Parts: sequence; structure tokens; C-alpha cells
Amino acid sequence: MDMDFFVLMLAIPLISGLLLTVVGERAWAPNLNIIASLGTFLSSALLTVGIIANGPRFAFGELFFIDSLNVLFVTVTTFVGLTTSIFSGPYMKNEQEHGRLTVPRLRLYKSMFQLFMFTMLVALTTNNMGVLWVAMEAATLTTVLLVSLYRTPASLEAAWKYFILCGVGLAQALFGTILLYFAAERVLGETGNALLWTHLIDVKGQLEPTIMALSFIFLLLGYGTKVGLAPLHNWLPDAHAEGPTPVSAVLSGLLLNVALYAILRCKALADGAIHGGFAGNLMMGFGLFTLVVAAFFLSRQKDVKRMFAYSSIEHMGLITFAFGMGGPVANFAGLLHMTMHSLTKSAIFFAVGHATQKTGTQLMEHIRGLMRINPLIGWALMLGTLAILGMPPFGVFAAEFMILTHAMKHHPWATPILLTALGVAFAAIFGKVQPMVFGETEAKPLPHAPAITPVFLHLALVLMIGLYIPPYLTRWFNEAARMLG
Amino acid sequence: MSGAAISFSGQLINLFASVILLLAFAMLAQRRVMPLINLFALQGATLFLSTVVVAVSTGQHHLYWSAGLTLVLKVIALPLILHRLVRRLYVKWEVESLINIPTIMLVGIGLVIIAFNVALPISQLSDTITRGTLGIALATVMLAFLMMITRTKAIPQVVGFLSMENGLFLAATSATYGMPMVVELGIALDVLVGAIILGVFFFQIRDQFDSLDIRHMERLKDL
Repeated sequence: MDMDFFVLMLAIPLISGLLLTVVGERAWAPNLNIIASLGTFLSSALLTVGIIANGPRFAFGELFFIDSLNVLFVTVTTFVGLTTSIFSGPYMKNEQEHGRLTVPRLRLYKSMFQLFMFTMLVALTTNNMGVLWVAMEAATLTTVLLVSLYRTPASLEAAWKYFILCGVGLAQALFGTILLYFAAERVLGETGNALLWTHLIDVKGQLEPTIMALSFIFLLLGYGTKVGLAPLHNWLPDAHAEGPTPVSAVLSGLLLNVALYAILRCKALADGAIHGGFAGNLMMGFGLFTLVVAAFFLSRQKDVKRMFAYSSIEHMGLITFAFGMGGPVANFAGLLHMTMHSLTKSAIFFAVGHATQKTGTQLMEHIRGLMRINPLIGWALMLGTLAILGMPPFGVFAAEFMILTHAMKHHPWATPILLTALGVAFAAIFGKVQPMVFGETEAKPLPHAPAITPVFLHLALVLMIGLYIPPYLTRWFNEAARMLG
Repeated sequence: MSGAAISFSGQLINLFASVILLLAFAMLAQRRVMPLINLFALQGATLFLSTVVVAVSTGQHHLYWSAGLTLVLKVIALPLILHRLVRRLYVKWEVESLINIPTIMLVGIGLVIIAFNVALPISQLSDTITRGTLGIALATVMLAFLMMITRTKAIPQVVGFLSMENGLFLAATSATYGMPMVVELGIALDVLVGAIILGVFFFQIRDQFDSLDIRHMERLKDL
């Protein structure tokens, strides 16, 4: 029964993506986009319930493997996909009225959005490390044209940078995958099974350490480019700032997670083959460096979407650090933080999207008095910012607190660096958001009322998890953290 | 199979691999866009021949398929697409002006040495007849990377990108006799879709900037 939900979950975005390309821009196209996303979310939710109750399982022979770890990523992906499609309805209509988008481009947007969801879901559920690479590359390809949707010089430049940098990054990851296959073939023989993760994890102790170390370095650099790890993060702020806001929300909230997921699967293999925590140390180093670089770049930003893109880099650094520490507690905290970041950051991008539409600019010094224009958007941005900055009682606080206390216990040297970076980030972001929310303005109302429900839905979930994590979720996250070793 | 036969096909494979590396250097030095695309097609053809030789000498059937993929995609389809693009975009006579070829060649030689050193421990563990070419494959990847860094025009950058793919493909054949079929098909599909998307993208860039010179695209900065 669960298997049918799995097939549905992959089939709905694929078919609706192709359908939206063919049927063109009809009045019901935005609704089809939302209905398809709803269908994907519901089937993934039912799949999740089944997996948690009955344990991991395969699909299509051994090509797909679903366990409590990737089902968590899948649920976050389909949920944010659903809320983004709801948000993008009125947002895209407003963009059209402003003359920034034409009808064929809206069609391109919707079909690429669904295909992007499809590639991410394939990347998350595949058991084959090679197919994982193929799906990651496909996810890049589907989003390139989304980033350049406005066809402005800046958006074309951002999309070109995104394509080239991520293409080069993924080429490194492919080399890493080839080396992984090479190491595996020596143990598993020349069968098609040597890239299947479930087979690899069974023989991880026998994989040649030298090759695995080299392979993990290439995989980390490659997929790390997509996660936005410094110094390979240059594409990220541009792509987030110049693309349409719904695309920024899914890039930040989802695509970075998928790339991180790829690294986590590789780390599980590398940890088994190489002793002495080589993979973890490498990730901790990259994570800390990313956190610090992003925190100090935050204060220089003038564009609001760019600033929150740097904030995503910062959080990805922290999450990579948490997973680098390893062990059940840190992995739990990493997964929790990742989920909270996805929900909060996409909520912030929704609020920012409406704010920039109302004021007609992305420059923070020209965005003023959101509270007066629309109190709901003002509050959404303020609460979202407080949440992402790790203020209690939001869920990000709970996750950051766990990461910090774990670091103090096991890696005390890292604590001052973590605290300084988080403090710098707080000062930079809060100082800029506060005048945007309060202050005077004379902006006009928009032709289409914003969809504000997704924002508060996300923030309510983040608040709930900050105050109380249901035992069901705790068990699920613990189980997922155990899968990571 | 007799020892002499293996050593002959081994020599042939090494010969083809060195031709691929030589072509990578030639591409690094080529300023004009049309000859650059032809060099890329030639590199693809050499890769095809070398894969066929590996397939014949090892009896790995799926390598025939991947050789076929290489032939269709990298020798025929991609060069054709690129030729069409160049003609439609009127950049046929475009010449890169800002590259210092002797310096780039020297850097390239340095990269080859690094690549051989990185690949050495891996080739020692390998028992394929192609193991000697892993260093060459990595060197091709790095040279393509260098080409992407040094070019300022969009099409040569993409040719560099595709040439990097060639190097990776060579690496897969030399270390493990190729990846599983489903992965190779997926990679081929990605490359093809990527090339088509880039084609669309070139027109967008030209319409917006009136040129395919990516030095126009340096506005997005943090400072």
C-alpha cells in the first residue's frame, strides 16, 4: 500500500510538470499547480506514516530506498513545495500586473517548478549514488531557467553563474562518485549493485580507506558547492536575490537540504571506511568556516533577499558543523535545525516577497513601514526574523541550543567561534529588519491580496516545535539520526 | 587472450588517452570558436575509439553502449548543436583576445603533474588494463577547468564544461570500466538537456547584453 503512495508521490509532479508545459497558460493552471503540490504532499505524508510504522523499504527492485531519514527530507520538501505553490499564486499574478512577467514565462515557471520537485524527490529517495548525482544535476538544470525568469541583465548573470559554478561543482561530485564506485567494485564485484547505498553500507568497513578519503573530498566539494559551503558559495546569493521570490524560497528551503542529504549519505559510507573521524572533521571545518564567512558578509548587504541568502549560507554552515560532530545528539540537532530552517526561511522569503512587491524595491533602505502597509506582513517578517536568529521560544532556538551545548561538551574550542558568528549575524540582520518593519511609508495596496496563510502556518509550526516536540516526532528524528551513525 | 595482445590493446588505450590530453592542451590554446568546437568533437571521437578498444579487449558488453552514447552525443549531437548556435548567434569569427597562451600552458603542465600525483595511489590499487590512464583523465578534467577559468566568452566556457565531461568519462572507463548503465544514461540525458538549456540561454544573454562576452556580467558583487 505504501508503495502506491510512493509511485504517486513521484508521478504527480512529473505528470503535472509535463501537463503544465503542454496545456499552456489557462485560468486553472495555478490551481493545477496547487492541486498537484497538494497531491504530492498528501501521498508523501501517507508514505511517511507507513515508513515510520513499518520500517524502511525498497521500491522498483532496489532502485529506490526509503527509510526514516530520507522520508523526513521528503516530507519537508513536499510540504514547503505545497505552501510555496499557494504563495506563488497571487504573487505571480501581481508580478504579471507589474509587467515583470509574461504569460509564457508563467507557464515555464509552473512546469519547471513541478519538474524541480520531481528531481528533488528522486534525489532524496534513490538508492543508487549515481542516480543521486544525475538527479542533483537535473535539479540544477530545472532551476537555471527559473533563476533567469525575469530576463534582466542581473538575473541572467546570476543564472549563468549558478549554472557554471554548480556544474563545475557537480563535476567534482561525479569524480567522487566514480572513485566510490571504484572502491566498491573491489569489494562487491562488477555488478550493477556496487553503487547501491544499501549494499555499500553493508560492506563499508571493507572499502579501501585511501580511495574513500579521496572520494569523500571530491563528493564534499561537489555537493558542498550546492549546499553553499564557503568558499564555494558565490552562486548562492546571486541566484536567490535575482530569481522570483518563490524560487528563492524553494532554493533556500529545499535544494540546499537535498545537497546536504547527499553529503550525509556519503559521510555514512566514509565513516565506515576511514577511521579517526576524517569525514566529520572535514565537515566541521567547512561548516565553521562557512558560518563565519557568511556572518561577516551579512552586515554588508543592501538587498533584502541577498541578506537572507547569506543567512541561509550561515545556517547551512551551522548544520554542516552539527552533522560533522556526529553522534545521536548532534545528528538529532542537525536534522531539527535543518527542518526549522527550511520552514522559517521559506516563511521569511514569502513575507519578503510581498514586502518587495508592495514597495517595488529589494533595497532595504527603501523598504520602510511594513507594519503600516500591512500589519500581517510586518509581523510575519518580524517574527520570522526573530525565529531565524534563534530567539526563544522558536524551534531554531531549540536546535541551536542543542548544537551549542553539544559543541561545548565535545569540541569546546569551537564554542567561541560559534557564539561570535551567531552574535554578529544577529546584530546585522536585526539592525536591518527593524527599520523595515517599523517607520513611515506611502506605498500603495496591491491588485491581488497576498497569500499570508503559508507564512503563519510555517511560523506556527516552528513555534510549536520550539515549545513542545510531540513524542511521535522525537521518535522519528531519533530514528533518522541513528541512520546517520 | 595472450600477453602480447593485452599489451598491444593496452598500448593503444594509452595512445588514445595521450591524444585526448594533447587535444585538451590544444583546446586550451585555441582562440577561435569554430576550431575549438572541432577540437572538442575530435576529443569525443578519440574517447569513443578508446572506449571501443577497452570494450573489445575486456569483453565488457555495456562499454559498447557507452561508446555508442559517446559517439552519438559528443561526436555528433553536441558539436552540431554548437555549430548551429555559433552560426545563429553570428559569433563565428569571434576571437578571444585576453589570453596569455604561454603562461596558461605552463600552468596546464603544472596541473598535469598534480593530477598524476593525485591519481598515482588509486591507479596502484586498480587492476584494469586502463589504470595508467586515470592520471590522464584527471589531468583532462583539470585542464578543462583551467580553460573555463581563462575564457571570457560564453561558448568557449561551455566547450570547457563539456570537455570536463569527457575527462570524467575517461576516468570512469579507466578506473572501473565504466559506470552502471542506468547512471551513464542519466548522465548523457543531463548533458543533452543541459546543452539545450544553454542554447536557449545564449540567446537570452545576447538579447540582453548584445554580446556573449561574460565580462559584461560582473555587476553582482558584494562590495
